[in-house]
Amino acid sequence: MSQKISASVRRKDAVDKAKGAMEYLADLFPVSPLHGRFFYSTIPRGRIKSVELPDLAEGYHIFGAKDVPGKNGIQMVQDDWPVFAEKEIRFIGQIIFLIVGADKAEILRIRDAIRVEYEEETPCYSLEDSEALYGGVQHGDDNIFTQFEVNHGDAASLFEKADRILENDYYTGYQEHVYLEPQSLFAHWENDSIVIHASSQCPFYIRHSITGVLGLPEENIRVIQTPTGGAFGGKEHFPDVLACPLGVAVYHLKQPISLILDRKEDLAFSVKRHPSATHIRTALDKNGNILAMDIDQRLDGGAYESCSMVVLQRAVFTATNVYNFPHVHVQGRAFCTNKVPSDAFRGFGAPQAVFAMECHMNFLAFELGMDPLEIREPYLLVQGDKTVTDGRIHETVILPELTERILEMSDYKRKLEAYKTEPCKGIGFSYFLHGCGFTGSGEQDLIKARIRIVKTTDDLVRVSASNVEMGQGLITTFCKIASETLGISLDRVQYMTPDTGDVPDSGPTVASRSITIVGYLVKKGCEKLKEQWKSGEEQTIFQDYVPSSYTVPWDNVALTGDAYPAYSWGANVVEIEVDPITFEIETKGIWGTYDVGVPIDRRIVEGQIQGGMIQALGYSNLEKLEVKDGRYRQATLADYMIPTSMDFPPMECDVLDNPYDYGPFGAKGVGEMVFNGGAPAFTAAVCQAVDAEIDEIPVLPETLMELKDEGR
Amino acid sequence: MKEGSIDFRLNGKDIKYDGSPLKRLLDVLREDFELTGPKEGCGEGECGACSVFMDGKLVNSCMVPMGSVVGREITTIEAFSETEKGKCLVDAFADAGAVQCGFCTPGMVMASEKVLEQNANPEMDEIRRGLSGNLCRCTGYDMIVDAVKLAAKRGKGLW
Repeated sequence: MSQKISASVRRKDAVDKAKGAMEYLADLFPVSPLHGRFFYSTIPRGRIKSVELPDLAEGYHIFGAKDVPGKNGIQMVQDDWPVFAEKEIRFIGQIIFLIVGADKAEILRIRDAIRVEYEEETPCYSLEDSEALYGGVQHGDDNIFTQFEVNHGDAASLFEKADRILENDYYTGYQEHVYLEPQSLFAHWENDSIVIHASSQCPFYIRHSITGVLGLPEENIRVIQTPTGGAFGGKEHFPDVLACPLGVAVYHLKQPISLILDRKEDLAFSVKRHPSATHIRTALDKNGNILAMDIDQRLDGGAYESCSMVVLQRAVFTATNVYNFPHVHVQGRAFCTNKVPSDAFRGFGAPQAVFAMECHMNFLAFELGMDPLEIREPYLLVQGDKTVTDGRIHETVILPELTERILEMSDYKRKLEAYKTEPCKGIGFSYFLHGCGFTGSGEQDLIKARIRIVKTTDDLVRVSASNVEMGQGLITTFCKIASETLGISLDRVQYMTPDTGDVPDSGPTVASRSITIVGYLVKKGCEKLKEQWKSGEEQTIFQDYVPSSYTVPWDNVALTGDAYPAYSWGANVVEIEVDPITFEIETKGIWGTYDVGVPIDRRIVEGQIQGGMIQALGYSNLEKLEVKDGRYRQATLADYMIPTSMDFPPMECDVLDNPYDYGPFGAKGVGEMVFNGGAPAFTAAVCQAVDAEIDEIPVLPETLMELKDEGR
Repeated sequence: MKEGSIDFRLNGKDIKYDGSPLKRLLDVLREDFELTGPKEGCGEGECGACSVFMDGKLVNSCMVPMGSVVGREITTIEAFSETEKGKCLVDAFADAGAVQCGFCTPGMVMASEKVLEQNANPEMDEIRRGLSGNLCRCTGYDMIVDAVKLAAKRGKGLW
């Protein structure tokens, strides 16, 4: 039975966007007095020996490390990433200078006339090289940015009792976000303050990153979000990397400067999804029951830490996916290499973890001669089960219902059987989940979200928070929550532009937290307003974070307790056919069933599902991104191929209600979970079609050709 | 070609353009005429966010130098969205859920017009082929295809 809130409405921003009237950053400031462009390092590792700068015409400037008024380190989780490289170079594309001036052609002339001489050192590009300290250590004493270990039960002793041990390795590649709007910022000086307009997910992150760099108090830094043309994690921290040098230039010049990356620059030097390598060992008894697992995850963090620590946390805490294995040991490590830093991307470590676990379950099924669903069934998490961090699954788990529905929609069982004898055809299944909100006690101890609701004398309601609309429909869903709670029409509710000079800090637009955590505050705040409603009077309500009453407390040292307050769940099925001559893989069918609590707007949720799934299939099949001598070989959208409208068939999906007590109208997170299951379902389908084991994505025609040549 | 000699029609008006013949049409539209509906997504003719009509044909305005605009008729999303067909498509995009971040959407609307011009009742495959020059990273395309079908259904007689 569908809830009333789920009935779809026309998005508030849809018509303006479709007409071309929505103004993104480059539209708001189409003609800027000054432009900025970076001079990037051209070696992957070494030191700057000398620099030769050209003579500059009046009105042209070059800013570098010596111009930073405060600390030359961008404050993210750590501050190891310098604003401008001063001596040490750790990757090709590191910012050394920012050139500023009026004429773009003259800026390019200046950039091309800058000469930097380097002393090159031996770069390390792979996890293995980094672990072996190839070329010498470059981070700490082991090249490990961060590591976590989780002991759930007593895996070690179970391995001693095992009848059989099965183990395998799983690999995932890079992925570039390809938000259609490139990274864009514009900054100016106003009344002793710097004002930064940015296409961004996290205006308060930008402010935090730059305070120490400029040595200004927070109140003298104002960040205003501009309509954001896609982000997917790529505008979580990377805008900090651009805002800091831009801020330095504006600090000195006190003039407006625009900074918009062109697509080639954006592809070459912006952050990417962490490549991963996961080794899983499983101890089995003589009947094939899983006794214990040992999971070793390694992430390629690139040259600086950025938010690798948080990505790794999510990978570790998602390592066992939807399963309850009583004895598990997980080790996760993020390594430093001489490549563009890896960072946030939809799923944030979970897609890598889910891929490895789902492929491993299929591997176990194959080795034990079992059906892929049959092997999974006894281990599916249920309400009350312990999680891998000894927290609890507090909600009802509706995986059986999701499974039944997707089997019916996809005709999976019949096809799985039929394709055993039909060459080149395959069908694959995956389960997945995603924890809603910040990891551990982050929401309570770090973020402490707060929102504001103002009712005007005209009885219009204005919701203010720092979460941004980046395409996911937040403006509409937040306003729907308010309008439904207050019982007023949707057009009487407005979502205000996230501006650090105005809105309270409700935290970043990340971690599938906007609806679950902040949307709940919108609901609570509107309930208060409704009680106190006085028509014709201006009223202001603040609503602070409300923790769940049934949480298993989080211990950040022992890594025990509820890693997440709730989870969203799903199942995917993908059907494919492989061309026996070209080895091209054609996707024939895509299905998904999901538990997102209650959808705040069914069409918006389906839009996330379809978009997330196609992005995941791109990751699985098309989006090859290789590094050669420290550079990505795919330099344009002609060779880094994201899905077009021709690449995949339409998707069939269903969303089953399972209301969550601490979500607005029962809603949980959607944005990331919908990505997590695509790659393992796709890979399982290809494995069946070519009758081989594939442990790595992207799965490319050349991979299949090699498998055939090896006679596997 | 001498500067100052570029005459063309833009959204139904005669224009004399004085700038460089090498400047990209996209930049001229955005900077000189404040027509910011066409977006720069890639600047290399791959993404279609800057799509406009040139003599009725869909072109990537980032790939068109002003020198080749002489005597041509240029239509941007700003003018097209005010026509009956344009309004029908914009509404269909909004109602079908085809708009997420919106950066590709003006170009998608322009490409959709060309699909419907070819065939007023296109099949899914024709729509997908017709939109394949325009990239969208948000929607996975299903709802954009739905939008074109919805416009075809609602706009009986328009195409």
